Parts: sequence; C-alpha cells; structure tokens
Amino acid sequence: MDYNPIFVSKVKRLITVFTLLIAFFSFNTRAFAQVDSLAAADSTSAHGEHAAQAGHGAEEKKFNIGQFALHHVADSHTWHVIGDTYIGLPVILYTSAGIVTFNSSEFKHDDDARVVVEKDGQRFVKMHEKIYYASETANEHGQYVALDESHHAQNERPLDFSITKNVCTLLLSVVIMLWVFLSVAKAYKTRKGKSPKGLQSWLEPIILFVRDDIAKPNLGHKYERFMPYLLTVFFFIWFNNMLGLVPFLPGGANLTGNIAVTMILAIATFLLTIFNGNKYYWKHIFLPDVPKWMYVVMVPVEVVGIFTKPIALMIRLFANITAGHILVLSLVCLVFVFNSLYIAPVSIAFAVFIGAIELLVAFIQAFIFTILSALFIGMAIEEHH
Amino acid sequence: MDLLIPEVGLVIFQTIAFLLLMFLLAKFAWKPVLGAIKERENSIDEALNKAELAKQEMARLTAQNEDLMKEARAERDRILKEAKELKDGIVGEARKQAQTEGAKLIEKARIEIENQKKAALAEVKGQVSALSLEIAERVLRSQLEDKSKQEALVANLLKDVELN
Repeated sequence: MDYNPIFVSKVKRLITVFTLLIAFFSFNTRAFAQVDSLAAADSTSAHGEHAAQAGHGAEEKKFNIGQFALHHVADSHTWHVIGDTYIGLPVILYTSAGIVTFNSSEFKHDDDARVVVEKDGQRFVKMHEKIYYASETANEHGQYVALDESHHAQNERPLDFSITKNVCTLLLSVVIMLWVFLSVAKAYKTRKGKSPKGLQSWLEPIILFVRDDIAKPNLGHKYERFMPYLLTVFFFIWFNNMLGLVPFLPGGANLTGNIAVTMILAIATFLLTIFNGNKYYWKHIFLPDVPKWMYVVMVPVEVVGIFTKPIALMIRLFANITAGHILVLSLVCLVFVFNSLYIAPVSIAFAVFIGAIELLVAFIQAFIFTILSALFIGMAIEEHH
Repeated sequence: MDLLIPEVGLVIFQTIAFLLLMFLLAKFAWKPVLGAIKERENSIDEALNKAELAKQEMARLTAQNEDLMKEARAERDRILKEAKELKDGIVGEARKQAQTEGAKLIEKARIEIENQKKAALAEVKGQVSALSLEIAERVLRSQLEDKSKQEALVANLLKDVELN
C-alpha cells in the first residue's frame, strides 16, 4: 500500500495548523495595533474632523503602517485613483425594506460612520468599509453607530451586495479572461493544425503545463474531466494575482488575497473532491486499514482531514497574497514611517525586489492551488487494485 | 480580524462569476483549445510514424534494389559463363569434326594414293614385263641369229645351272 498520500496529508495538516496559528497571532497583534491607533485617532479627532484635518502634520507623525496596509488589502466601496480622486462605486443593499441602491460617493469618503446617507426612509453609515443601519443619534465622537469597548460597531447590517472594488476587479478579470481565452480558442480554429502564434503561443505552454504537469500526474487517465476546472482556477488565480500587483487603476485590488474569494475556490475543490470520491476514498476515511480499536482516533482524524485540505487551500492563497501586498505596502510606507524622503531609494529598491518576487509568487500560488486541487481530487478518484 | 471574515456580497459575486467563467471557458475555450492541441499532437505523432514507416520502406526498397542488382549481376555472370561454355563446346566440336573430317580426307587421299600407286606400279610392272619380253625377244633374236652365240648361251646357262 502506498502511504505517501497519508504523509502528504499529515504534512498538509501540520502546515494548516501552523498557518492558522501564525495568521491568528499576526492578525491579532495587528488588530490590537489597529485598535490602539484607532483609539489614538479617535482621541485626536474627538475635537472634530476639521481640527484633525487642520492638524495634518501632527497626524502624519502618528502614521500607522499596520492600519494603512490593512486598509489597502481590504475590500473597499470606493476606488482610489490618485490623491483625493476617488471613483464612487454602486452600493446595493438588501435591507429589511427591499433593495436600496446608491453611489458610494454619497458617503463623501467617510469611513467612520460620521456621514449618514438617507435612502427610501432608511439611514446608512459606512465604517471600516462596512455599511450599517445608522443610529438615531451620534455618539460623543460624532459617529452614528454604537461601539463596543474594542471599537467595533454594534449596529445591524443590511446584506451588502455592493459592486465593491473587489467585485469590479472580479468582473474585470472575468472579462479579460473571456477575451483572452476566446481569442486564443479562435486562433486554434483559424490556424487549425498549424503551430501556435502570438497570444496563442504564449498561453499554449502554460495550458500544456497545467495538463501535463498538474492534471496528468495527479489524476491519471481520468484527467480530462477536471481540465476545465483546473485550467479555469489556475488562470483565474494567476490573472488576479497579477492584476493585484498592478499598483494603479485597473489593478490594485487584493482579490485573490480576499478570504471570500479563496473560500469559494476552495469550496469548489472540496465539492469536486467529495462528489467524485469513489468507494476506496470513503473506505479509507470510514474503514481505514487499521485495527478496529484505532477507529476511535483514525476516523475523526480522517473526517477532519476532509475539511482541513480545502481550508488549507483557502488560507494558503489568502495569506500568501495578502502578505505580499502588506509587505510591498509596508516597504513603500517606510518613507512615512521615517518621515524622510532620503529613505525613498531604499524603500523603492526593496519594493521592486519584493515586487519581482511577488510576480513569481503570483504564478507559484496559482500553481500550488491547482496542483493541490488536482492532488486532492486525484486521491478521491484513485483506483486501488 | 476583519480580513478573516468573508463578506456575503463578495461570496455571492465570486460564486456566480467563477461558475459563469468556468462554464463559458469550458464550453468556448478549453474544449476547442484542448481538442485542437490533442488533434495537433495526434497529427504530429502520425506524421512521425509515417516518416518512420517511409524510412523503413526506403530501407526495404534499397535492400531490394541491392538484391536485384546482385541477382542481375549473378544472372549476367551465369549467362556469360554459359555462352563461354557453349562457345567452347562449339569450337571444340568444330575442331573435332574438322579433325575427323581431315583425318577422313587424309585417309581417303592416302587410299587414293595407294590405289594410284598400285595402279601405277601395276602399269609399270606390265610395261617392264612387256619391255623385258621385248628386250628378251630382241636379245634372243639377235642371239639366235648366230649359231655359235646360241651355243655359248646354252653353255653359259648350263654353267649357271651347274653352279646352282
């Protein structure tokens, strides 16, 4: 019997646990840092927003790199272009009184629940890129939300189906991928039987790479059924990783570093795994080849294993891409941290270096997600003789 | 920790967009692309196989040609040899025939010569005997004309007889 998959899955589980631990601790400290800075910001802005605006110099000294980076890797209802120029994106809310739509520019770039938007007799505020039903009256900081002791809004939230920055990028990437691959498919039709040319010759090796190095070794002769999923997921992750690295308008969103996106991709792999799992796969989980008394331990471990694999996929992609974005942002922010222009060459040099690595990571993460998906599906459909 | 909590809106949009993308790409991109790649690979394989077959066929033909050449050469040699044998046979036969013919002719000539010689000898004998008779006649005549001479002769003859 081949024990390799077991070891692989054990290693994967270990990785998952450590990733979760590291993620928890890092985000925990960051979250606390954010809270501290928020508290500081609140105390300064207690005197009123205009005072804070006026004392911009004082604000700059308290530049918080964590808050800045986390704000930039998070989703947003507006799309920052340059300086004070923002593109307002449509807000679509499913409220208790039906669907409400308006443009996010109505919040006037407020992200601290200070501007109330009234629509269809309902009042909304935006805080930390989340939309809440506004409170009747403002609190002592002029915010129309009730805050708990850790400064989280306590208000009810409508279901938010807004076209956010990430949704825009998602739709853009779908359009780009359709355009690219449909034109490639057309090239295959018009240049039938001939050698590839242009875009086609650029993408064919990658398609072949997915087929010959990802699908075939892991899925065996049944690889063809899963090719559409593997190719789509590979190019989706790769294209969006690359789009995320573009610092200006069409890019810049952190789509593949968003937990919702990676969750859906991981769920797709999970569903493909469990719906294609054959009797050997389920037998391996519920009736493994170990003494009966070991079932008490083994079966729960194996059952947990079903879920940890896609969760590992989800966390890995999310953490890698988000970490890359935070790293680049932090390096760029060194200028503001040291409050000196002379640090700019260092910061740019490092950012370029990390950016180059991120280009590699963009591909590697797409590859890893795809090959692990293929591996998990392959383990589920493997025939034992 | 906001980063770790998925937003409902993005979950829904991502699900719809990803499924739509996968469906459209599967139908209009991956299927024709993978099909075309497979077809091209097959045609390349086929072409290579055909080339290999052609090479083998070529080798076979070359070998066949060589065989044919060899055979033809052997055939030529055989024919030449046969012709030579035939020629030798004919020449030999002719020589033999000529020899026998010659021998026959020589024999004939010899017999003829013998015959002629015999005839000539016979004739010479006849003529000699006739001539002798005539001489003898003439001698006798002249001898017998004189009596004394006859007696001398007889005496001479008798002398001869005595000597015997």
